[in-house]
Formats: sequence, C-alpha cells, structure tokens
Amino acid sequence: MMNFSYTRAETIADAVAAVAGDPDARFIAGGTNLVDLMKYDVMKPGRLVDITRLPLREIEATDGGGLKIGALVPNSDLAYDQRIQRDYPLLSSAILAGASAQLRNAATTGGNLIQRTRCYYFYDVATPCNKREPGSGCSAKTGVNRIHAILGTSDACIATHPSDMCVALAALEAVVHVEGPDGQRTIAFADFHRLPGDEPQYDNTLAHGEMVTAVELPAPRFGQNHTYLKLRDRLSYAFALVSVAAAIEMDGDVIGETRVALGGVAHKPWRVPEAEALLKGKFATRELFGEVADRLLQGAKGFGDNDFKIELARRAVVRALTQAAAGAPQVQSNKIVN
Amino acid sequence: MAAAAPDGFAVTITINGEPRSLTIPPSTTLLDLLRERLDLTGAKKGCDQGQCGACTVLVNGRRVNSCLQLAVMNDGAEVTTIEGLGQPGSLHPLQEAFVAHDAFQCGYCTPGQICSAVGMMSEGHAKTEPEIRELMSGNLCRCGAYSNIVDAIEDVMGSAAVREAAE
Repeated sequence: MMNFSYTRAETIADAVAAVAGDPDARFIAGGTNLVDLMKYDVMKPGRLVDITRLPLREIEATDGGGLKIGALVPNSDLAYDQRIQRDYPLLSSAILAGASAQLRNAATTGGNLIQRTRCYYFYDVATPCNKREPGSGCSAKTGVNRIHAILGTSDACIATHPSDMCVALAALEAVVHVEGPDGQRTIAFADFHRLPGDEPQYDNTLAHGEMVTAVELPAPRFGQNHTYLKLRDRLSYAFALVSVAAAIEMDGDVIGETRVALGGVAHKPWRVPEAEALLKGKFATRELFGEVADRLLQGAKGFGDNDFKIELARRAVVRALTQAAAGAPQVQSNKIVN
Repeated sequence: MAAAAPDGFAVTITINGEPRSLTIPPSTTLLDLLRERLDLTGAKKGCDQGQCGACTVLVNGRRVNSCLQLAVMNDGAEVTTIEGLGQPGSLHPLQEAFVAHDAFQCGYCTPGQICSAVGMMSEGHAKTEPEIRELMSGNLCRCGAYSNIVDAIEDVMGSAAVREAAE
C-alpha cells in the first residue's frame, strides 16, 4: 500500500472541504473496499479523510412516511433494523444476501453505493483497464469474462456494479442525499450510478468532493409481495452472477405496480420501466413474466464466457416474479429455491 | 480537524482490556498492528483481502476483518483478539467446544472462526443450523472442518439456551 496522509473530519463541511480541495483525496468510512483496492495499488489516494466520526448513524422517519438512512449506518444494522425488516423486507433481504457478516458489520450504507467493480482486470494492475487507467483498453472484452455485464456495456468497459443492496434500492426508488462544495442536493437512485460509455472511470454521478450523507426510502409499498433472488457460484459469500429484486403491489389477484431490478448484469442496477408496465392490471402468469424478462433483457449481449447469463437472467426474472406474486420471498439462510 | 503526515499518528486502542498508546503510520492495518507491533499473532493473515476471515477480531464487540481496518481509524476502540477470549487453563467455552468437537485440522482459520462465532452469538440472529452456516460463511476452512465447526458452535449455543431457559 502506498503511504498517504490521514485527516479525521469533525464536521461534514470539514470533510467536504478537505476532499474537494485536494484532487488526490478520498473519503474513507468502512474501508472494506477502498483499503483492499489500496493494497493492490488499484487506488492510490494521497490523502484519506476519515468520516466515521460524523453524525450520520441514525435511521430517521421522514415526513413522507419513509425512512432516511444515515450514510454511516452499517449494512448489518440496516438489514436488522426492525423498521426495515417490517416495511422494507426486500432491502433487508438483499443486504443479507451480500458479503459476509464481518464485512456487513464494517461496510456502510454510503460506501455500499460507491464500492467499485470486482472485474478481475480492474484489480490486476498488470493488465489494461479503462476504468482504472482511462485509454489503456479493456482486457475483459476478449478475456475471462464470466462475471461481466450483458446489458448497457460499451466498447470501453463491460464491468458490473457488484452491490446487492443497490439492486433493492433501485427497485424501491430510493433517493440519495449528497453534500458537496456547492451545497446539498438529492439524486434519484436511477440517476446515481451510470453506464460506462466512453468514461468508465466514473462509476456514478458524484462530483469530486461530494459525499453521500443519507439514503432516503419513500413510504413503504412492497411489504408483502417481494423477493431478492441471487444466483452465484457458491451458496454464500460470493458476488451475484445474476440477481433479481422484485416487488409487486397486488390488488387482490390483479397486479398493480411492479418493480424489477437486476444485479450482476450491468454497470448499474438494471431497470426497464416499460417491462414493469407490462404487468399492470394483469393476472400473474408464467407467460406474462416471460414477456417481462424478454423486455428487460432486450439488447443483451454476451462476450463469450458470460453468454449463459442471458438465459440465466431470463429464468431468474420469471422465478423471482413468481416468488414475489406468491408472497414467498427467497430465504437468504436456507438457499433451497422455492 | 485532526491531521497527520504519513509517518505517524498517535492513537490509544484498548486491546484485550489493556489500553495501548502507540504512534503508527496511517497505512498500518489493525491486523499488522496486532501481529507485527504487539506480537498478538492469534489473528491470522490469510488472504489479506477480507475474503477468508482468518483475521477476524472483535472491535467494540462486533466481528470485523482486521486486515481491512486501518488501525488509525480505530483510535479509542476496544479490540478483543483470540488471546483475549481465553488462555490455556481458562479457555472460552467456544475454544473448549472446538477442542471437544475436533473442529479444526491445521488450525490456521481457528482463531478467526472462534472470534467470528463469539460475534455471531452476541448478534443473536442465528437460531438454526442453516442460519449458523450462512452467518459463518465469512470464515473459510481449507481443511473442510465445517461440519465439526457447526457442531461446536451449536453445542455452545445450546448450552447458552439451556442456561437462559433455567434463569
């Protein structure tokens, strides 16, 4: 690990000013991703600004009937919070599907959003990678790409966003609160992460010096019919090959609003509102779920090793919608798929 | 705002009940501080990437991967390592159960497994065998002693449940 200066921020304004004023500075909180990346010289910040002492550890009710989650709330505390388990079980389930108990104890809400891809070539500094070193090329497109994206890719990058939590937050249409040198703003979750395009070095739409301060959940709507289905190479403690967050608002036997977000398939959680709209006012059938899956995966493209993901994702969408419609969410401890 | 040059930052960390005041470079991980500076070699360096769990310790009672913690960020924290859980002659119940159930072969992952299991029991979310397996999945065992590890943990959790029921 390269050496660096260390600053401990006492206020949000201090932290923002310290990072905004130094192009080589980064915020650090849980450190579960950044410290790892620094050990491999994938990221080489000259200064770390420790934000763990900032007052961002509360989960508060909002006037709109939702919850505002402080950026420093650890993943485990969020997943086991009684309000989250009762009103946003999809979010709790997705968090518990990710990482390990130790990592969830350390990793924070804000950090989960800004964690970086686990593309092998991004991690391997001996190989070209446009995300790590813009303009150097993409090794994954013609390399080992079993874990890589099938949707929204570009010539420059086929990396995926690795988070499970963010897939649920996309489905729940969370709002990200940020503070930067120019003040505070909010970002709709769909606009927080970005597709790689020709600037894959940017994972999200934050400016340098902008800090995530909270994630806001709208009033709960999907407490009954939901599931987080995660498919991976082992039963626990592995990143998703494909994951699906599904939430349905049922009106008796008729489907109201539906949300479906995919993980493990793109540079950001993947949603297609037109696909979700296909279900509105209809009865739940396997054929209809298949149409939703086809629409979600329209334009999907494999790169060799990951071709299987297209069919896997299609089947996972159908399975997840079936689970959600039946009110039988995937259990995250016993992985028997029902 | 407290700041430091790369060479050193003064911290006080309570380790196994004993406050230690040290000056450390910001790049020192908690694992390296324990092993290289304080000679507490119970926590192991397996992958050094947060993927194996051999470095698991308790920070303020919560299990974390010490290889991914910058020591400087734990200023003021209370850290418990395997050495602080029990010693020969006064073993922690989980240490005794690991011996009784032959829950290891080479032993390299064992300190992390035991610290992790202590953390899991205090978290209180594991009630069944599949839940134990899931919530211990951050600790790999290359020897494959998993079934005996689960038995050892169930044994201690069962004893704790029996005690609670009696009270």
